[in-house]
Amino acid sequence: MLETFIGKLSNPHEVFPYLYEPLSQQLIILSMFVFIVIGGIVVVGGLTYFKKWGYLWHEWIISVDHKRIAVMYFVVAFVMLFRGFVDAAMMRTQQALASGDSTGYLIPQHFDQIFTAHGVIMIFFVAMPLMFALFNIAVPLQIGARDVAFPFLNSLSFWLFVTGVILVNMSLLIGDFAHAGWLAYPPFSELEYSPTVGTDYYIWGLQISGLGSLLSGINFFVTIIKMRCPGMTLMKMPIFTWTVLCSCVLIMAAFPVLTVDLALLALDRYMDMHFFTTGFGGDQMLYVNLIWMWGHPEVYILVLPAFGVYSEIVATFSKKPLFGYTTMVWATVAITILSFLVWLHHFFTMGSGADVNAFFGIMTMIISIPTGVKLFNWIFTMYRGRITFTSPMYWMMGFFVTFTIGGMTGVMLSVPGIDFQAHNSTFLIAHFHNVIIGGVVFGYFAGFTYWFPKMFGFTLNERLGKCAFWCWIIGFFVAFMPLYILGAMGMTRRLYHYDASTGFQPYLIVAAIGASIIALGVFFQVLQLVVSIKNREKYRDLTGDPWNGRTLEWATSSPPAFYNFAHDPEVNCIDAFWYDKQKGLDVDNKPKIRTEPYQDIHMPRDTAMGFIISIFVLILGFAMVWHIWWLAIVGVVCTIGSLIIRAFNYDIDYYVKASTVEAIETQHLQEMAGVKR
Amino acid sequence: MSATPVMNDHHHTHHFDGSKNVFGFWIYIMTDCILFATLFVVYAVLHTHTYGGPHGKELFSLPFVLTETMILLTSSFTYGLAMLSRTIGNKNIVIGWLWLTFFLGVSFLSMEIYEFHNMVVEGHTWATSAFLSAFFTLVSTHGLHVSMGLIWMLTMIFQINKHGITPVTKTKLTCLGLFWHFLDIVWIFVFSVVYLMGAI
Amino acid sequence: MMKAITSLMSRPSIKGMLRNLGVVVLVLLSLALSGCNYSEGILAPKGQIAFAEHRLILFSIGLMLIVVIPTIFMALWFGWRYREKNNAHYAPEWKHSTLLEVVWWSIPCIIILILGTVTWKTTHSLDPFKPLDSKEKPVVVEVISLDWKWLFIYPEYKIATVNYLRIPTGRPINFKITAAAPMNSFVIPQLGGQIYAMTGMTTQLHLITDIPGSYRGFGANYTGIGFAGMQFVVDATSPEDFANWIKTTQKIPDKLNADVFWNRLVPQSTNDPVRYFGRVTPGLFDDIIMSYMMPGMRDNVAPNENTIMNQSNH
Repeated sequence: MLETFIGKLSNPHEVFPYLYEPLSQQLIILSMFVFIVIGGIVVVGGLTYFKKWGYLWHEWIISVDHKRIAVMYFVVAFVMLFRGFVDAAMMRTQQALASGDSTGYLIPQHFDQIFTAHGVIMIFFVAMPLMFALFNIAVPLQIGARDVAFPFLNSLSFWLFVTGVILVNMSLLIGDFAHAGWLAYPPFSELEYSPTVGTDYYIWGLQISGLGSLLSGINFFVTIIKMRCPGMTLMKMPIFTWTVLCSCVLIMAAFPVLTVDLALLALDRYMDMHFFTTGFGGDQMLYVNLIWMWGHPEVYILVLPAFGVYSEIVATFSKKPLFGYTTMVWATVAITILSFLVWLHHFFTMGSGADVNAFFGIMTMIISIPTGVKLFNWIFTMYRGRITFTSPMYWMMGFFVTFTIGGMTGVMLSVPGIDFQAHNSTFLIAHFHNVIIGGVVFGYFAGFTYWFPKMFGFTLNERLGKCAFWCWIIGFFVAFMPLYILGAMGMTRRLYHYDASTGFQPYLIVAAIGASIIALGVFFQVLQLVVSIKNREKYRDLTGDPWNGRTLEWATSSPPAFYNFAHDPEVNCIDAFWYDKQKGLDVDNKPKIRTEPYQDIHMPRDTAMGFIISIFVLILGFAMVWHIWWLAIVGVVCTIGSLIIRAFNYDIDYYVKASTVEAIETQHLQEMAGVKR
Repeated sequence: MSATPVMNDHHHTHHFDGSKNVFGFWIYIMTDCILFATLFVVYAVLHTHTYGGPHGKELFSLPFVLTETMILLTSSFTYGLAMLSRTIGNKNIVIGWLWLTFFLGVSFLSMEIYEFHNMVVEGHTWATSAFLSAFFTLVSTHGLHVSMGLIWMLTMIFQINKHGITPVTKTKLTCLGLFWHFLDIVWIFVFSVVYLMGAI
Repeated sequence: MMKAITSLMSRPSIKGMLRNLGVVVLVLLSLALSGCNYSEGILAPKGQIAFAEHRLILFSIGLMLIVVIPTIFMALWFGWRYREKNNAHYAPEWKHSTLLEVVWWSIPCIIILILGTVTWKTTHSLDPFKPLDSKEKPVVVEVISLDWKWLFIYPEYKIATVNYLRIPTGRPINFKITAAAPMNSFVIPQLGGQIYAMTGMTTQLHLITDIPGSYRGFGANYTGIGFAGMQFVVDATSPEDFANWIKTTQKIPDKLNADVFWNRLVPQSTNDPVRYFGRVTPGLFDDIIMSYMMPGMRDNVAPNENTIMNQSNH
């Protein structure tokens, strides 16, 4: 009876599994609880004390402004980065301790959940939102648009992503999380071997945030195709926008496959179907094929925008146009296409036969050709430049070194003969952290620092940024080089404990030290934010162009007015803004201020619908995880109902009066003039 | 009647960019296409995995499914007529065709549910084998899309009734049309790959 | 090069701090490296396949370093040379050179062409499914991955072992691998690469060694809480010793049949000790695979009285 009403919540073993665990584990859980509760009280109390709830609601939660959404993506991503990093630190500590007679301080059930959560969170809830944050802050501005193509959808995407975050983190408090690794290979993730709600949290968290990602992919694709300013042909687009376009194509092509694959796993678990089960004709390798048909493009979804960031940064700080723009575009397109032809290299060891393995191995190597060309182009952008070594440029230099090494080990892994040894080993772990930290994370940090003044109107403290960089890069090498060696020594990934005779321990201790150096880097990053916000008047940038930039986003104020540009911009070449400045149209490194009269500007209305729909989807997800069927039906009905209500709302946009625009612009000009005097 | 404040002002007409919505929706359909393609791949891999259970041959009745197919194809035709009558500007004619399309869609869906019901009653459920899991998932994913299309069609009927034929409702009709015809095409694949090839 | 990076730092205090940090790191690294000998994994190959894989690793590293080292060097050097304060030659409009671009499209192309050719050849020669050329008669070992232990059946000798493998030197070993548990991966790094173990499927691995010794084998694909304990020792001994071992093992009274397999071995257990079975039902391995592919294959197995998860000491 109780079960029909509250589903699996009626079973204390499912809801509070840690009550049945050893005291040491309960202490760890307790300290996490205390941390979350204190954090929650501070946030809620602070908002109430400073009476900021209304501000939060009106200015942020219901906002469809791409710049606001970018900031929110950053905030959530950094909170999740912290959680993912704590997971990493716990793993490193466990492995550094658990040699021989010692079994470390975690029980395997926890260790397994931690490495699963680490992977899931870092990819889906850190890298993806950081990427979407960069899309949001840069793309509409770079192409001279007022917003994205579908602003409401953009808000919905963000809140769906938050829903996924909430579901995954809810598993900390009630129930457990998946323990099947970040890709949840069946049959291990099937009910037979994973009966708890953990895998269901995983499925619904990813499914919901994945839907958000797919919608964002479509949104930005349409934005870039349809909303470029006059004169900006495809081959005159900023290179970052190009990489976003390619990344969106990958999202649109790859995410439906993930949706299907996870849905089939869910059907196996909920409906007693037999897609991937042992027996009844299920085919476990079908799941593995499908998940990597999404998973490999996913890597490029993440790294292409990072490549775009590097391209912008190296050109800006070398004060030279990007070397070989056309080549860069075609290299990006080539990577986009090739990334769909290599998925099998993730499981050469399935036994598909030499011809198939060799084909996929060689296709994988071929991807390194356009990637290598990109590296050379960046290097030669610096050649005969005049490089300002700001912290974004530091991340770029770190990327050169790290990514090249990561690329080399990647090509090694693409040789099936080597992969048979290195597959599933810590060599592989070292490789993909090498490319994801060195390529993606460094790129996103660089992009964050680079576009931070655009978001907030002041720059970040450079000195602390550089400290953070040095800690990250040194920490990275100390943490991951030992893993390469360990992999070659035959250390498997996801190992909770190992025999002392293996000789793994010294390397793992070094790796743990490396992780703590990275932690120092994270500390510097937090400090950098705090110091910069505190001294924001000192770092204030009123010009809107603190780096002497080349692309359109620097042609407007920082932060830009909600309509982005008072006048529709027009371009006639790549880096048009730079050449305008070069022509000396204005002494302040600004293009000539346009004098024609302001016009009414058409803007979307803010709406709470994205937020509301996501709450219903959250209810649906929660109900499905806990098998509360009636609540799930309520969730579905309310979700569809609110979509219908939205469809009946025809008052979704309005006009900003020219006089309002004029008032805002005049005030900004006065502020700038005030600084000049 | 003020359908949209945007449309009333001639000066701003160029701002209602319906082409953006249609293009965006077209892109969405492409992603849906990949979703179905994946399900077809799954079905293609698993259709021999019957685990001692029945094959498609023993389960499918071609005349029945052919009737289903004809109904869905007709509904696409009637939707086309609704789109054509849009240009005449009489909203009642549009609504009439939409209602007809709606009822054809409901008939299609009812037949599909009836077919599933019969199979389950005979003991051939989705839990019988990987083949049947794939069959039920593929066909009912299409069915789910049709249901969503039907809900959407209902809201369109009410929207046109309320707002008349405006650029906004026209755009929405175009999107729904894309969706409806797309589902038709998918069904033709379902019919050929699942039923025809299964019955051979 | 390191100097180049560090001198990019503008503040001497940070520079000093970093130098100290660098020294600490180097000391730690060298301590770690000197504390161990590379007697593990592919760093110490002991079998024909592993030797080939070892060579392949060294070759590919060498080949790629040809381009990797200059690339890193160039990146750092250009960064250093064209830094703002250096006032080196500035060409603000230099953004295209067909010649240069042709050069750096060709360099990786050539490298990949060479490596691709090698890959094609070695993928075929090192294919785990490919039987090894040898005059000696191969030993067939049927491997079954379980939660969380390895079962090895020697069909010719009708014996079986748990978590222990004995092989003769000089004779090819033909492994046939399956699972009665979530997917795992069977690997003995010092002898050769890995291959997945999956229910309802058979994969193959062919290894050979001439060097007697004890090697580490394990499951490489994570399968749950007992996964870390899925380790086994591989003893490679002379054919005579191997024959003696077979004879001794055959005398052990324990029998492995379907009942024992499904009721005693398949239930989950962690850190299982080594076990021997002196007799094995013929065809057991194939029956296990078939039981995942057809209904009714386990019908004549006695029902398991011990259905509760058999968790041994953890």
